[in-house]
Amino acid sequence: MFGYYFSLGLRSLRRNAVLTILMIAAIAVGIGASMTTLTVFRAMSGDPIPQKSSRLFAVQIDNFGPGKGGTTSPDGLSDQIDYIDAMALMQGHVAKRQSALFLTRLSLRPPDAQQKPFKVLVRAAYANFFPMFDAPFKFGASWTAADDTARSAVVVLTSAMNDKLFGGANSVGKTIRLDNELYTVRGVLNDWHPTPQFYDLNVAPFGGSDEMYLPFSRAIDKHMAAVGHVSCKAVSPVGWEAFLQSDCVWLQFWVELPDTAAVDQYRLFLNNYAAEQQRTGRFNWPPHTQLRDVMSWLQYRHVVPSEVNILLLVSFGFLLVCLLNAMGLMLAKIMGRASDIGVRRALGASRREIFVQCLIETGVVGLAGGLFGLLLTALGLLAARALLTKEFVGLAHLDGVDVAVALIVGVLATVAAGLYPTWRAANVQPAWQLKTQ
Amino acid sequence: MELVPIILQLRRRKLGAFLVGLQVALTIAIVCNSLAIIHQRLEQIRRPSGLDEANTFTIWNEFVGPSADLAARIQGDVAALRSLPGVSDVSATNGFPLRGYGFRAALKLAPEQRQAAAYAAEYHVDQHVAGAWGLKLLAGRWFMPDEIRDDIGGDTDRSSATAVVSKSLAQALYPAGDALGKDIYLDSVNHTRIVGIVDRAQAPWAANGLKESEWPSEHSVFLPKHEIRRSLVYLVHTRIGQQDAMMSAAPKALFKLSRARIVDDVKSFAQTRAEIYHAARGLSVTLAILSILLLGVATCGIFGLTTFWVTQRRRQIGMRRALGARRSHILEYFHTENLLITGAGAMLGVALGLAANLWLATQWQLRPMAVGYLLIGAFLVLALSQAAVIWPALRAASISPASAMRDI
Repeated sequence: MFGYYFSLGLRSLRRNAVLTILMIAAIAVGIGASMTTLTVFRAMSGDPIPQKSSRLFAVQIDNFGPGKGGTTSPDGLSDQIDYIDAMALMQGHVAKRQSALFLTRLSLRPPDAQQKPFKVLVRAAYANFFPMFDAPFKFGASWTAADDTARSAVVVLTSAMNDKLFGGANSVGKTIRLDNELYTVRGVLNDWHPTPQFYDLNVAPFGGSDEMYLPFSRAIDKHMAAVGHVSCKAVSPVGWEAFLQSDCVWLQFWVELPDTAAVDQYRLFLNNYAAEQQRTGRFNWPPHTQLRDVMSWLQYRHVVPSEVNILLLVSFGFLLVCLLNAMGLMLAKIMGRASDIGVRRALGASRREIFVQCLIETGVVGLAGGLFGLLLTALGLLAARALLTKEFVGLAHLDGVDVAVALIVGVLATVAAGLYPTWRAANVQPAWQLKTQ
Repeated sequence: MELVPIILQLRRRKLGAFLVGLQVALTIAIVCNSLAIIHQRLEQIRRPSGLDEANTFTIWNEFVGPSADLAARIQGDVAALRSLPGVSDVSATNGFPLRGYGFRAALKLAPEQRQAAAYAAEYHVDQHVAGAWGLKLLAGRWFMPDEIRDDIGGDTDRSSATAVVSKSLAQALYPAGDALGKDIYLDSVNHTRIVGIVDRAQAPWAANGLKESEWPSEHSVFLPKHEIRRSLVYLVHTRIGQQDAMMSAAPKALFKLSRARIVDDVKSFAQTRAEIYHAARGLSVTLAILSILLLGVATCGIFGLTTFWVTQRRRQIGMRRALGARRSHILEYFHTENLLITGAGAMLGVALGLAANLWLATQWQLRPMAVGYLLIGAFLVLALSQAAVIWPALRAASISPASAMRDI
């Protein structure tokens, strides 16, 4: 029976070619526009570290006091912490793994004196950074906690930097010259681009900023200045020591907490720490701290730009208009066949059968709209890469899920839009229709 | 024109009419909001930075190797750049408008004040600012060579005896308009006298869409400082028509002095502007494309439905013609019918558009839109839907009474 209805549906679509084309075009354009923005949105708001995102937490401590300072968040917390707090938390060793981190910029002098020096963005972190964020190694391994303590001159390279400096060869044990000092390569990472770069969203959140990594203690030792956001409560301090001892916030701080018990324990520890600061007079306000896991952190930091949000909204309004449009056309088409349906009903077709037949017809329209919509989505994504930020290049692409979503949305939305016309068709009174012939 | 028969007829195709009306309403709501957003973004993109943009380019320079005699190396660089034939002046500085990031100063009106009276972009410049930046000095003066102090990174105190501020900053600090000659405080001890006011100088983050109260895009303060750091910016002002030639000559001149440096981001100001506003422009273009597509879809839908209605009412139309209706009556009938439906939709659309705009304004710091956009949106949609009806109505009018009656 299905095959018969299918061929009937196709035949009826052919008969009213203009209406059919308009319907399919409307649905395709609607699907194309909304799927394009949805794909971009999904790529930007995805989970950068799905296996672990609920166990990694960003730490926030209010060290400016209520209503002070240059924080942009409504809860009055800075998105980074100061050096004093970071060191206290590191020494607390309460979390399973923890690391303070920041981004700095150094000049790299290639061994070949003919080549010009160039700048590299280097992340200063503790050894735990790599296991905590599941960073995969291609060669060698991370530096060790002993290196952290010894402030060793060691680095871990990203795979791209290793390609650039050593042509992709195993460079463990080789040295590079950063800001006029020699650093030994301890490890090389595999391709690793958590997107967005959740642990530091200040520089290139969607392109990834890091080109290599070195021990945090070494960076502090060598007065390496932070690249990104440095925010001070009032007056910027003079000199490196004063800067470290100031209330300026410039460090990201992440902890890994394996279960809820550990989370509760860490919250308590944070609060106790802030209370201790209040007692000693460093803070003159009650404890105000926060732990956020990766996904709530991304949401809190509004990682998806308002441009994408606006487009998402507009394009779904667009889809709605397209569906209303298709619904009107469908209504016209099905009601135009009222007399046919009357004849079929008179010849013994049940309401159910008429209903199923029309449903298949709309389904076919929806499927065709969805397929063309996919094509438009692919084009739309190409356009989006050109029009929106360059960081989107390689980021937003169609995957199986998107294809399935487009087709399902196309068919379901069209069928839903066609339900009323279909119901009307099934309720055609055969006698009345035949009489008016 | 009799409206009553049209309305009676419409009651027989309630749903179709309702769908068209709803489509029109949503289309108007979306199109006018898109127009408002586009306008606002374009306005933002077009704000002048204050620089002589057409003749300015910037170079990011970082010295590598031993850091002794940085001051002399910078002086040498500036002299070399200034001696290029197409260069009119050069300013060694710590940043420039629309760079995307830069130094923000918290300014106070009294030394003991704990909270900033205003935030502003802090630019370090010497006496060459006047020639290189091309800013318009409204009152007071630029800096004298003898008041310029060395700023050697984090280890110098940040105070300065004098400053030049942008007009918007002057107004924020001294709303009475008497900022010239008054004092501001960059730290809790030393006062800084305002010796000049420039018309406008945008902050580095002016295009970043941050909260204006904390990252104001038009507040800038210039301090008389020699920027003596490993990494700094050379802002180069070229003679007319020389920019491209100088942009390739400048790095060569610098490398001729010393190879122990990194020269990067040699960018004309036009390029800086295009890059920083890339996403805002992309949004505008995308919204414009979506709006045009949406208008097209709505027009096609109205066209399709009206064509169908005409076919369905062939007999009725033939009857009317046979009873003496003129072609113009039939045309008029369909246009009026369409106007009734879309007019009702337009009223709903204007209401929806306003509501959506108010909501958007709370979500993304958009300004409430001007009523003009609602009218433009509504007019566009009404005009297009009238146009969509022309062909079906003409077809209806051309139905000959005889052929329509024959089918009975």
